[in-house]
Amino acid sequence: MGYKLRFSQYNASSVLVEWPPLIDENILNDVLSFKNKIEKINIKCLVEVVTAYNSLLIIYNFTIDDINNVFKDLKALYLEKSIGLSKGSKVIKIPVCYDADFGEDLMHFSKVKKISKSELIELHTAPLYTVFFLGFLPGFLYLGGLNRALHLNRKTTPNLNIKKGSVAIGGKQTGIYPQDSPGGWHIIGNSPIELFNPNDNPPSFINAGDQVKFYAISKPEYVEIQAEIQNSKFNIETLFVND
Amino acid sequence: MIKVLKSGFFTTIQDQGRFGYGSFGVPVSGAMDTCASTFANHILGNSMDAAVIEMTMIGAQFQFLSATLIAITGGHMNPKINNKTVPMNEVILVNKNDVLSLGNSVEGFRTYVAVKGGIITKMVLGSRSMLKEVTPSHRINKSDHLPILEQEGIKRIKNAKVKFNSSYLNTNNIEVAKGPEFDRLSEKQKTLLLNESFKVSKYNNRMAYQLLPVVTNTLDAILTAPVLPGTVQLTPSGQLIVLMRDCQTTGGYPRVLQLTEKAINILSQKSTGNNINFTLVDY
Repeated sequence: MGYKLRFSQYNASSVLVEWPPLIDENILNDVLSFKNKIEKINIKCLVEVVTAYNSLLIIYNFTIDDINNVFKDLKALYLEKSIGLSKGSKVIKIPVCYDADFGEDLMHFSKVKKISKSELIELHTAPLYTVFFLGFLPGFLYLGGLNRALHLNRKTTPNLNIKKGSVAIGGKQTGIYPQDSPGGWHIIGNSPIELFNPNDNPPSFINAGDQVKFYAISKPEYVEIQAEIQNSKFNIETLFVND
Repeated sequence: MIKVLKSGFFTTIQDQGRFGYGSFGVPVSGAMDTCASTFANHILGNSMDAAVIEMTMIGAQFQFLSATLIAITGGHMNPKINNKTVPMNEVILVNKNDVLSLGNSVEGFRTYVAVKGGIITKMVLGSRSMLKEVTPSHRINKSDHLPILEQEGIKRIKNAKVKFNSSYLNTNNIEVAKGPEFDRLSEKQKTLLLNESFKVSKYNNRMAYQLLPVVTNTLDAILTAPVLPGTVQLTPSGQLIVLMRDCQTTGGYPRVLQLTEKAINILSQKSTGNNINFTLVDY
């Protein structure tokens, strides 16, 4: 691919690599391919790589001695051909209940945007959302692909407590709150899926580069899935797509 | 076991934090003042990653249900065992049923108690550092029992005294390097950041320290990007926020400065109203 990257030292033990500041799937793939290469040649307990839309932070478990050498090696590694990175992607299907009991802002949302509840559900469940990265809260997914018709500025006064599982829209983004948290997004539903479990390793089964598809469930189905999750009987539907 | 008689203002178990889970949005955590926590482990002959007790502003009270060796470091909270003053920065022998009491901080803001062999609570994602939504409890509460190594025949080790330089508790000098967005600041803003004195606002905790006064700012938000403890963000309204150990893994505000590790330790001993000055350094 070959983007013009900016390399800089972030602190005594980490290096920041930046791509052009765009939300773009080609950039995402390039970021993740570079992450993959870095992780392949390093020992896991010595190097950690955190990515976001257009950046990659390499955190070493030691102080960097010669930064120019590190830059030189990283630049050479970036130019190397990536090997063995599967081109297919994983699609994870996430059930969402858009019942008014869960989506406390749904009525207001459809009024402001002048769309019916069923249109809203259709527009929200249609896309394949791309997971750009996880951040903000443990297990919180930054998803790209929200339909323009559903863009709505965040609330001016945030909610002090948005319930775990809440599916919400804020600005051009949509997401799921993996735990109770304050937040300024409009809540349109709730998912019974556990996005983050600190007792699992890895603690999240969704990674940057995966794709997410929502599907609507009724309230009784929500209760049923929730019970199945508690008994570890629920299997999240995952599709593997080769493109 | 250590029985918690009083929990203090905000007391937690901390080690060196979590490494390798940032891409899942898991904060680093770990002792706020690693200089003090590491020294406490060092004089006890513990491994560097042994978990210690961190207290903030108002100390806790503990009863030791078995004899052990401890060390108290960091801010000064007038530590006493069975009502008798005990020294800081030294190995102390505690007997079965001894009560360790710590008062209000009189110097610094955070005090550490390390125990021979460390506090051995269950590890979650490679660390014992307490954090909401990650560990079962996010703070130490009254009546908690903290597990420690039970050892027979504990004796005070007579080793050469290691001098601890605690002068960092009283410095206002916060060393910083340029953050990724430093060059977007105007010359006026740069001069202001590096020459004016700032005050720690009342919004200070393990996640972040906000500073006063606000800075005139026209910089826009950035595309959400990684951040680390010690990152200084500048919000569109001009608020300076210094991210601390429990900070989020990503953020959307320009990252104008980055504190050195030593500077994070210095700042974590500051409280509301304390002054700080930024000094630019190279790595």
